[in-house]
Amino acid sequence: MFESKIPSGPLAEKWTSHKNHINLVNPANKRLIDVIVVGTGLAGSSAAASLAEMGYNVKAFCFQDSPRRAHSIAAQGGINAAKNYQNDGDSVYRLFYDTIKGGDYRSREANVHRLAEVSTSIIDQCVAQGVPFAREYGGLLDNRSFGGVQVSRTFYAKGQTGQQLLLGAYSALSRQISKGKVEMFTRHEMMDVVIVDGKCRGIIARNLITGELERHAAHAVVLASGGYGNVFFLSTNAMGSNVSAAWKAHKKGAYMANPCFTQIHPTCIPVSGEHQSKLTLMSESLRNDGRIWVPAKKEDAEAIRKGTMRANDIPEEDRDYYLERRYPAFGNLVPRDVASRAAKERCDAGFGVNETGEAVFLDYASAIQRYGKTEANIRGLRNPSEAEITKLGKEVVKAKYGNLFDMYKQIAADDPYETPMKIYPAVHYTMGGLWVDYNLMTSVPGLYAAGEANFSDHGANRLGASALMQGLADGYFVLPYTIGDYLASDIRTGAISADTPEFEAAEKGVQDRIDHLINNNGSKPVDDFHRRLGRIMWNECGMSRSEAGLKKAIADIRALRDEFYSDVRVPGTADQFNPELDKAGRVADLLELGELMCKDALERNESCGGHFREEYQTPEGEALRDDEQFAFVSAWEYTGDPSEANLHKEDLKFENIELKQRSYK
Amino acid sequence: MDLTLKVWRQNGPNDKGRIETYPVSGVSPDMSFLEMMDMLNDQIIRDGGDPVAFDHDCREGICGMCSMFINGEAHGPNRGVTTCQLHMRSFKDGDTITIEPWRASAFPVVKDLAVDRSAFDRVIQAGGYISVNTSGETLDANAIPVPKAQADEAFNAATCIGCGACVATCKNASAMLFVSAKVSQFALLPQGQPERASRVQRMVDQMDKEGFGNCTNTGACAVECPKGIDLSNIARMNRDFLSASASEE
Repeated sequence: MFESKIPSGPLAEKWTSHKNHINLVNPANKRLIDVIVVGTGLAGSSAAASLAEMGYNVKAFCFQDSPRRAHSIAAQGGINAAKNYQNDGDSVYRLFYDTIKGGDYRSREANVHRLAEVSTSIIDQCVAQGVPFAREYGGLLDNRSFGGVQVSRTFYAKGQTGQQLLLGAYSALSRQISKGKVEMFTRHEMMDVVIVDGKCRGIIARNLITGELERHAAHAVVLASGGYGNVFFLSTNAMGSNVSAAWKAHKKGAYMANPCFTQIHPTCIPVSGEHQSKLTLMSESLRNDGRIWVPAKKEDAEAIRKGTMRANDIPEEDRDYYLERRYPAFGNLVPRDVASRAAKERCDAGFGVNETGEAVFLDYASAIQRYGKTEANIRGLRNPSEAEITKLGKEVVKAKYGNLFDMYKQIAADDPYETPMKIYPAVHYTMGGLWVDYNLMTSVPGLYAAGEANFSDHGANRLGASALMQGLADGYFVLPYTIGDYLASDIRTGAISADTPEFEAAEKGVQDRIDHLINNNGSKPVDDFHRRLGRIMWNECGMSRSEAGLKKAIADIRALRDEFYSDVRVPGTADQFNPELDKAGRVADLLELGELMCKDALERNESCGGHFREEYQTPEGEALRDDEQFAFVSAWEYTGDPSEANLHKEDLKFENIELKQRSYK
Repeated sequence: MDLTLKVWRQNGPNDKGRIETYPVSGVSPDMSFLEMMDMLNDQIIRDGGDPVAFDHDCREGICGMCSMFINGEAHGPNRGVTTCQLHMRSFKDGDTITIEPWRASAFPVVKDLAVDRSAFDRVIQAGGYISVNTSGETLDANAIPVPKAQADEAFNAATCIGCGACVATCKNASAMLFVSAKVSQFALLPQGQPERASRVQRMVDQMDKEGFGNCTNTGACAVECPKGIDLSNIARMNRDFLSASASEE
């Protein structure tokens, strides 16, 4: 089952013609078919709601206490759509092109084009659902710009776009729950998928309150369980975000694609100490107006680190706006991978601006002046004083980014309206994930993956404001069509029984794993291992990777995994609400995934997007791709040990875009 | 910093529950409150004890999962923040801190500081949506202009994170602020008009069924709301509810 199933025909007609030719399930028969959706973020909620609306019987699962709390809620900046409302030359083709280029030519043309095509429907749909996007004074929708593009196509709701979109999908889901078309299981975790006669026919779930294991059978299963950035321990992901659903599917035959493609987001609040449990993103939208710099002189950087000098003491001519210097065409709006590496380069060279030397400035002073002057003009003020301009400018910035500035102030105890913010790259998103074909089906028949959990659309680097777009595209507009093509052959199957040897074996496997963890009489809490795994991954499989480092990481992770199984202490029992036990199961899976990520990074002897191998760079320090040898998707098949995984290659064919050295200069 | 924590421990909804005292030392002022709790649990686990169960997830103030009643206030002493955004620099060395769960009969305790807030989901299921299918075949987004001021007000109401601090704060455990925020978001938008009357009735009915208390207009909920949801939403909901009831008769 390793065919991409990309439809034939011209690129722009593939999706329409595919929809016209795939099998459908008539409304009466949909009522005879059950579908399980795991995860209730943008992809999961929208898929569950849409499938239920179409008539399927849906069971949805989330580990949180409410579907509304899935981590999509935390997305800040916005969602892209090729509406061209700003008349700045945007089009479906341009969104497609930007996404392929932004992904450093490691994604499928057909999937990305489809994403760009349906992007416009997402905005229409969300507005109809009452999502309160930002608007202009005339009552029409406002847009902003994001990295890696030269148009304004990002729709937003202040710095809470993810929240508003997820609440929209959650309301659609709630409507179907009230109708009885979706049965919702909160505080439930998927523990395994069940395969019957080669097809995915259900899951084993665990009730996190009572600890009971449950069997749920269905004709098809959709995993919308998010990404695995938490393998780094410190990331912008929520504490509960995990790889377990995807990893369990992988161990049951679903290929894992491009697992080493990780997005390190350039603008996050820097680490403050050993106690840190997670990192907080400062939206990329801040790079619309903020300017990134470090001191041009090393002695100034040292003085700032010692606290004898402040940012505002450094005169304009002694500042190095390194993104504007290196990439004049895109300036502060280069893509995330490029911006992150550039920050690391300056900090490694000794120009970092906090105690740890791992921070750069994100400065709003000139934006405040610029907005202040415009606002003074709007209000007809003649010869406004500098203080007046600054005051007006701060008001405009507050209206645009207020909640982000407040959040920064809370965490860093510093006022970003007065002094520049300090930021540093942090793990944010994983482009890799379960391999899926054009229909979003994994290599296991009947098992689908949507949203961040799949690998499909972002190549080696995701552009800002595209994750929300992909999650909703998959859930609202792709999966509801493509799943019918598979389910059409199931209309005579009848209900799937969970009372079979396959379910029994899967349940027993889960029970054995739980028993092992809970009865292990170790000495260290789960977090101890998770932190150490994170450190290995960040040092050797983070922003820059090398052959020697990756080999060492693989050995270290294997040793850590052995230690975990012999020395982890999980308190309490398995038949009660026990968050430590839940965490132990998730970290056990991350300890295997990390090894596969390193193996994938080791095999990919090129640099592309977020995957930067020190051995492969241009003389200017840019990523050096090798299209001759590596224009493929790495799809890994589990064989019992992450290091022994089998590599399957899906060649990427570029028929509409010429492969070029990616340049933002 | 060295602190004394008095933490509510309760094994399940039927357990009586009790306060237990834990000393913690070496707390950094840069830690978030939940990182301090992580530290406490690390200590308890290494000593072979039962760690304190609490809900948390995003740790950046948006998921609404964290829910601690700290020194008698929902989300602690600071305004406009959730528990996860509260930092230890807001406390002093030597402080005693009392930590309890949300208390409301509609929010039964799951364990220790974690409570069951599924009543909120059921209120939304009763009508907190616009009944439009997700076909994508709707009007073009810009075919429905919304005056900026109105759109901004709808957005402000929509920023409710459903944490339940309003209920925990209210002496009657009323959910009026939560329910009115969702009612208002749709009442303020043209898309929400067709179902405006039925929506408010169904949501208020469900709220009553869940056992939330009555509103006596003390306004405490809005003071403690981490997202600054405004009391005017309650007034709007009351008006809508009355006019919906009147037109029904």
